[in-house]
Amino acid sequence: MEKKVFQRPKYLKDAPFHYCPGCGHSIIHRLIAEVIEELGIAERTIGVPPAGCAVLAYDYLDIDMGEAPHGRAAAVATGIKRMLPDRIVFSYQGDGDIAAIGTAEIIHVANRGENVTVIFVNNGVYGMTGGQMAPTTLIGQNSTTTPGGRDIVRDGTPIDLSEMLAIPKGSTYIERTAVTSPKSIRQTKRAIKKAFKIQMEGLGFSLVEILSPCPTNWKMSPVDSCKWIDKTMTKTFPIKVIKDMTEEKK
Amino acid sequence: MSRKQLMKGSHAIAEAAVRAGCRFYAGYPITPQNELTEYMSVAMDAIDDGTFIQAESELAAINMIIGAAMTGARAMTSSSSPGISLKQEGISFLAAQELPAVIVNTMRGGPGLGNIAPSQGDYFQATRGGGHGDYRTIVLAPASVKELTELTRTSFEYADKYRTPVMILGDGMMGQMLEPVEMPDPIDLSELPSKPWALDGAKGRPSLFIRSLLLDPSMEEEHNWKLERKYQNITRDIPCFETYMTEDAHLVVMAFGTAARIAKGAVKRVREIGLKVGLLRPVTLWPFPKRVLVEMSRVVKDFLVFEMNTGQMVEDVKLSLEGRSNVHFYGRPGGTISTPDEIAKVIISLYHRQNKEEG
Repeated sequence: MEKKVFQRPKYLKDAPFHYCPGCGHSIIHRLIAEVIEELGIAERTIGVPPAGCAVLAYDYLDIDMGEAPHGRAAAVATGIKRMLPDRIVFSYQGDGDIAAIGTAEIIHVANRGENVTVIFVNNGVYGMTGGQMAPTTLIGQNSTTTPGGRDIVRDGTPIDLSEMLAIPKGSTYIERTAVTSPKSIRQTKRAIKKAFKIQMEGLGFSLVEILSPCPTNWKMSPVDSCKWIDKTMTKTFPIKVIKDMTEEKK
Repeated sequence: MSRKQLMKGSHAIAEAAVRAGCRFYAGYPITPQNELTEYMSVAMDAIDDGTFIQAESELAAINMIIGAAMTGARAMTSSSSPGISLKQEGISFLAAQELPAVIVNTMRGGPGLGNIAPSQGDYFQATRGGGHGDYRTIVLAPASVKELTELTRTSFEYADKYRTPVMILGDGMMGQMLEPVEMPDPIDLSELPSKPWALDGAKGRPSLFIRSLLLDPSMEEEHNWKLERKYQNITRDIPCFETYMTEDAHLVVMAFGTAARIAKGAVKRVREIGLKVGLLRPVTLWPFPKRVLVEMSRVVKDFLVFEMNTGQMVEDVKLSLEGRSNVHFYGRPGGTISTPDEIAKVIISLYHRQNKEEG
């Protein structure tokens, strides 16, 4: 007898992704859809997509979604969550969105301990606009605005946003993961699930930073992109649980 | 027994908002409107389902309003001129995403930091949309604490009815002054029409999304025309104005908000010396009450526009009249406040000059 071992998650729409080959967004979308299904929260989850490649997340995730201006997803999520505290509210933000133009909003959402979840996709470039330097671009990394590589004097250092967000007492759980291998993808899913569960238990602000490949703008093959994350990007952005106050806050 | 009480303009807006069903307020400190934010911090806490957030920035405040509006809640933010500039991004998104919200601008002197005195320098910004893109904002300009109270409720009604941001355009004088006012009874939120577009989780219905990104130009064009049709309905339905002694007037003074109160005092003074002068006060600045101007132009040959700026509404007066009557302007910018006597002198001089020319 045939046994179905793989299928589209229930809350992922039957639509082909517009993302480039090897892009991490489609994997992360799928993980979110799986977690929402497994937690049984699809009918009470509201997502806030960003400006950037993932703005079209509402074309793929079959849940209520409200698009935010660039950098403001966490503030929009705050407004939604405060009016509907029993719903599960998450924002989905890229590195430019969350760590440059939206820095003020995310720090204060964490500091207020808003009971929301943030999916922070870090690929070290502005993807949708064509590969300019992001706040998380590595020292020496090429981009269209750092053609000779990011220079510490001219451009500053990559920002440790997740570590910064671990400082305020309002944040509960922050983990950095990657989507470069079956193992790391499974770990990312566990982290997303934990973050949503923390929100369901009302324990405060949770964030998962996901190191994600952008082969198109990195000008690498998808396989090389994953290797580059594992070997190089993780030296600046180590894979780890940055903060976990889940037990203390229970 | 009279329920009248003395209230500050900013407090009156806040209390009227609560009674109009506002359940979400986010704001950021800026003078001269802090009393509104402070009042809301107490008032929102006093109701079970009310939320008050002192936001980290004007940008955050308006974006929290976007989030609250997405859930169908009646939401409001307030600020003063420099802060309103920062909110424009969010106002453009509210218009694009067809979300209802109320924004209060207690105008102060500008540009830049300017000062904290009453001004009307934000007329262009308010009535031309203010943010990027092809959209309009309904702009209401009250001239008394009583009217602030009434128009606050109207603002929430228009915002919901037309699914669009509504701005209450006051100034530092309007926000600070004390006047007697009778607060209306609170509305029953459960009696408001449902909002089937609101996001509350896709339970028992297909999932919804609210967006403003329309990459396909033909879809963006369609959306722009859809908004335009709505703006045309608004332009037809809600223009509002007050007239004072215009029936036999040869010269009509036009002013809004605080300037209209000063102008009214001036009209009273010149009437005492027998000049046939009236006052036309637009209450809606967008849509501009064009039709009444055109009607008046049949008998009124001269309009004197008085503003607390260097001349902004005067452009709408000229656009409305299309050369039918003479349009004159007198303004004082920078937070200076003219007296009725000062305006009366301007009126008298213009009145005699024009009547002499005709004679």
